Amino acid sequence: MKQIWSYMKNYKKETVLAPLFKMLEACFELCVPLVIAYITDVGIVDGDKGFVVKMGLVLVALAAIGLTCSITAQYFSARAAVGVATKLRHNLFKHIESLSFTELDKIGTSTLITRMTSDVNQVQSGVNMFLRLFLRSPFIVFGAMIMAFAIDFKAALIFVVTIVLLLIVVFAIILYTIPMYKKVQAALDRVLGVTRENLTGARVIRAFGREKDEIEEYDSRTDKLVRLQVGVGRISALMNPVTLLMVNIATIILVWTGAVQVDNGSLTRGDVIALVSYMSQILVELVKLANLIVTLTKAVACGNRIEGVFNVTSSMELKDVLATDTGENVDSPYAIEFEHASLKYDGGAEESLSDVSFKVKRGETIGVIGGTGSGKSTLVQMIPRFYDVSSGAVKVFGRDVRDYNYKELRSKISIVLQKAILFKGTIKENILWGNEDATDAQIMEALEISQSKEFVEKKEEGIESPVEQGGKNLSGGQKQRLTIARAVIRKPDILILDDSSSALDFATDSKLRAAIKNMNGEKETTVVIVSQRASAIMHADKIVVLDDGMVAGIGTHDELLESNQVYKEIYMSQNSAN
Amino acid sequence: MGKNIGKKSTIKKLMPYIKKYMFYVVMSLIFAAVTVCLSLYIPRLTGNAVDLIIKEGFVNFDGILDILKNIAICSAVAALAQWFMNTCNNKITYGVVKDIRDAAFSKISKLPLKYIDTHPYGDTVSRVIADADQLADGLLMGFTQLFSGVITIVATVGFMISIDLGIAAVVVILTPISIFVAKFISGKTHDMFKLQSETRGVQTALIDEMIGNQKVVQAYGMEERVLDKFDEVNDRLAKYSLRAVFFSSLTNPSTRFVNNIIYAVIAILGAVLAIGGSITVGDLTCLLNYANQYTKPFNEISGVITELQNSFVCAGRIMELIDEEPVAKDKTDAVVLDSADGSVQFRDVSFSYVPERKLIQNLNLTVKPGQRIAIVGPTGCGKTTLINLLMRFYDVSDGQILVSGVPIKDMTRASLRKNFGMVLQDTWLKSGTIKENIAMGKPDATDDEIISAAKAAHAHSFIKRLPKGYDTQIGEDGGSLSQGQKQLLCITRVMLMEPPMLILDEATSSIDTRTEIRIQKAFDTLMEGRTSFIVAHRLSTICEADVILVMRDGNIIEQGNHKELMNNKGFYYNLYNSQYA
Repeated sequence: MKQIWSYMKNYKKETVLAPLFKMLEACFELCVPLVIAYITDVGIVDGDKGFVVKMGLVLVALAAIGLTCSITAQYFSARAAVGVATKLRHNLFKHIESLSFTELDKIGTSTLITRMTSDVNQVQSGVNMFLRLFLRSPFIVFGAMIMAFAIDFKAALIFVVTIVLLLIVVFAIILYTIPMYKKVQAALDRVLGVTRENLTGARVIRAFGREKDEIEEYDSRTDKLVRLQVGVGRISALMNPVTLLMVNIATIILVWTGAVQVDNGSLTRGDVIALVSYMSQILVELVKLANLIVTLTKAVACGNRIEGVFNVTSSMELKDVLATDTGENVDSPYAIEFEHASLKYDGGAEESLSDVSFKVKRGETIGVIGGTGSGKSTLVQMIPRFYDVSSGAVKVFGRDVRDYNYKELRSKISIVLQKAILFKGTIKENILWGNEDATDAQIMEALEISQSKEFVEKKEEGIESPVEQGGKNLSGGQKQRLTIARAVIRKPDILILDDSSSALDFATDSKLRAAIKNMNGEKETTVVIVSQRASAIMHADKIVVLDDGMVAGIGTHDELLESNQVYKEIYMSQNSAN
Repeated sequence: MGKNIGKKSTIKKLMPYIKKYMFYVVMSLIFAAVTVCLSLYIPRLTGNAVDLIIKEGFVNFDGILDILKNIAICSAVAALAQWFMNTCNNKITYGVVKDIRDAAFSKISKLPLKYIDTHPYGDTVSRVIADADQLADGLLMGFTQLFSGVITIVATVGFMISIDLGIAAVVVILTPISIFVAKFISGKTHDMFKLQSETRGVQTALIDEMIGNQKVVQAYGMEERVLDKFDEVNDRLAKYSLRAVFFSSLTNPSTRFVNNIIYAVIAILGAVLAIGGSITVGDLTCLLNYANQYTKPFNEISGVITELQNSFVCAGRIMELIDEEPVAKDKTDAVVLDSADGSVQFRDVSFSYVPERKLIQNLNLTVKPGQRIAIVGPTGCGKTTLINLLMRFYDVSDGQILVSGVPIKDMTRASLRKNFGMVLQDTWLKSGTIKENIAMGKPDATDDEIISAAKAAHAHSFIKRLPKGYDTQIGEDGGSLSQGQKQLLCITRVMLMEPPMLILDEATSSIDTRTEIRIQKAFDTLMEGRTSFIVAHRLSTICEADVILVMRDGNIIEQGNHKELMNNKGFYYNLYNSQYA
């Protein structure tokens, strides 16, 4: 919660003024019983109607001043709350963008989205409530106590004891219920999980005839949830009755000692009335406070969850290399070098890649092939430094990727990921991601290379055609080709295709490969192709065969076919039909 | 008007759920009445006590003591009643919401696949989770505050009348002002709330897109541009939120102001009456106390009503899900298909997802027991649809499908599906242990059976390497497993079941060809004597099939084995050659 708290510092003025005006309002409210005491002690005793009306007008004036103060306070607290939430969202978004793939994998998208949306909203209402009411209530409570001191010291002591006891009860209940609320939240998360699962897995569940079991499981989850909810509800429902009881007992004592003091002449009746009404003000405020505490507990829980995300820091150490320092070692004949590179994912039991070494010359085309889970994707994702080596090194143009300004590094490399992802907008906007300054002619060229020109031109609006979120209105193959267009338009030094043409038929795939090979003319592009199809990589200058995270062989198609058992098996399995 | 009807019918639909807790509702009402009356009676008693304290030397201690005893009893009973009331309310609210959730969930398992396929998961989940929660909040607030609020108002007016009719009348006449003020403000803020929630929607969509695809954003170094875009929406949201939050927060101070004025009026009138001697000072204290108590519920009720309206909207959304038409029940005389012989027949089958777009028309096909059927063809040609029909995820629009010579619509869905082992393209695993996932089709399988199935599916070696082997917990959607590993588990699941018929929908598409060969071998054993339908892109898989169905635009355009089709030099021939050209 500390970090969230520090956001309030940016709204110092608001954070101070909002409670201040709230307190002013409370001050005027606290004057009301005094005025009433005057009315009874002076006005009624003397039978002075003029005085009564005058005091009545004082009450109206107090109400008007109270309203003004209150509105001012609401304004400042709204500003602070909204401001904090806005800033929090901004920073959270920025923080998420700074996380490396390792952390993104670990936290998961849906969690991040909830943190950004509903959790921040809860914090916003929490801050708003806090500024408006949380300080006001204690203030009234203590204010009432101080006023009691002004009237009579002995009577005020009753207030002190009552307030201390009340505080103990309130905090005990809060402290006791917070962990229970956490459990409720966790149980709810589980209910959500099962619901989602049953939607995504509807086919499988029905195919296996598991509907009844799932319903039973769900029932037991909701049962557990209700038990927890009712359990915590029972405790927090104690808050109001207990305060009610304690305040009334205090009132009884107050009336009795008041009676004694009036009897011996040290207090007036008006004083007793004022004391009793201060006591009832305390009750009213505490009831409000109890309701607020629920909102605040929620907000604090959400704040902690957000903080949890902030506390996850990128596991990658990003060096501050000047952007002008390209980091390139011009003398190096190699575009990519792996030197005994190993990688172990966070939480993974075994290394996903171990001791990989190979070199790729500038302008070469290299193929990477291997079984599922052999580490192909991991291997290529280490080139633009999405993951860091756990030992060894990966070099790009003769320089360790960890020594690059990472923006500089990634601007040299275009990677087309396995999953074709497009963003809401137009085809053009999507392709411009690769190069903001590209002209329409360059876009057309990229479309041509990626073999997407034909289907884009068929569309009525051409490159201005809309793309729905996630590219839902395009077929798998179309999406893949557009993501390739997005990658080639920046004319990268290194182009990585991570199994990104799997939805294309063989003919289109081979045309694509040919086009990529010739795309940069003079400037040599180093191309890395990951595929499960031997036909997609057999013409590469060099093929890296991976098996279970280790390099099983490196060489040309012919060499490997001759000497490499793994490669031979892959190749034969795909061509056995011949 | 229409909105009102909708609200009414929602309440009507909620009633059966609440009825189950009628006992608690009645108890809650009784406890609420006790609490309110007693806590209103206490100030009256206090006032009486104050009346007995007149001035120095004129204090009736015996009278005061009696009154104070009564106060003590009343507050103890009131506190207890309040606690019971709260507990009852919790029971009702959470119970009702649980029952509604359970109903919604069991509806999900009965919904036609069509509904599930065409409605975003997130929307349905938010109905069952968030909307239900909102309903709970609304109900709880409704029960606790609305009931006691109304009782408070009625009781206070009664008490005030008992003291002085005139002042009570003044109070009753003046209160509508604060309701009017509250209404006026909430009317004005409605538009701002709308703007706020619209902008929130835009922002959530953006977050969903950009955070969900963060890897691409980073790969293209677009972090700053995306952040700019986000900030633009974020700032807009800040502007609208500020207005919405500020204006809506005016309600309370404004009504409080009106209430304070009423309070002042009572103070003046009461004091004047007290001077005239028609009421005592104790009565005045009491009246002022009631004036405070009386106006408070009005503020609360205006808040509760907004909350309730909101929760009825949410209740409406869950009810909509619960009222959704379930799949037609199995016929009463439906046959239980014990063990299919493996023969399958399609007779003049037609089907379309949407009536305007015909998909499958007059499809005829006879499959003999044990045959291996490969279905090939371009995307969208109806391959997956065929499987949807076979498993009765969707019902045919025309014609019929026979399994073991029995029309599938005359048998129970569960028994039909039990006879098929299915491995789909998008692998699905539930969160739980590896073992639980494998044993899904055969919950009573022994560990040995599970391990040998896993060995047969070549999944054993990777499972063994997981931190806890077969007892490793996997998260939602397979969590950290790779696509290929997930698929191996799905295959193991079917391996264990040993069903008479198999359906493999591109089941091996994300497994490399080498592993695929091994699995293929395992499948070959499994497929011995079993009818199998395979949807696959890989020709190597298809070549060995007994019958190849070449589909295009919902029709089977060619049918035969590999050799025959190659000799035909038709669509299949071209398709085949394009792959190795």
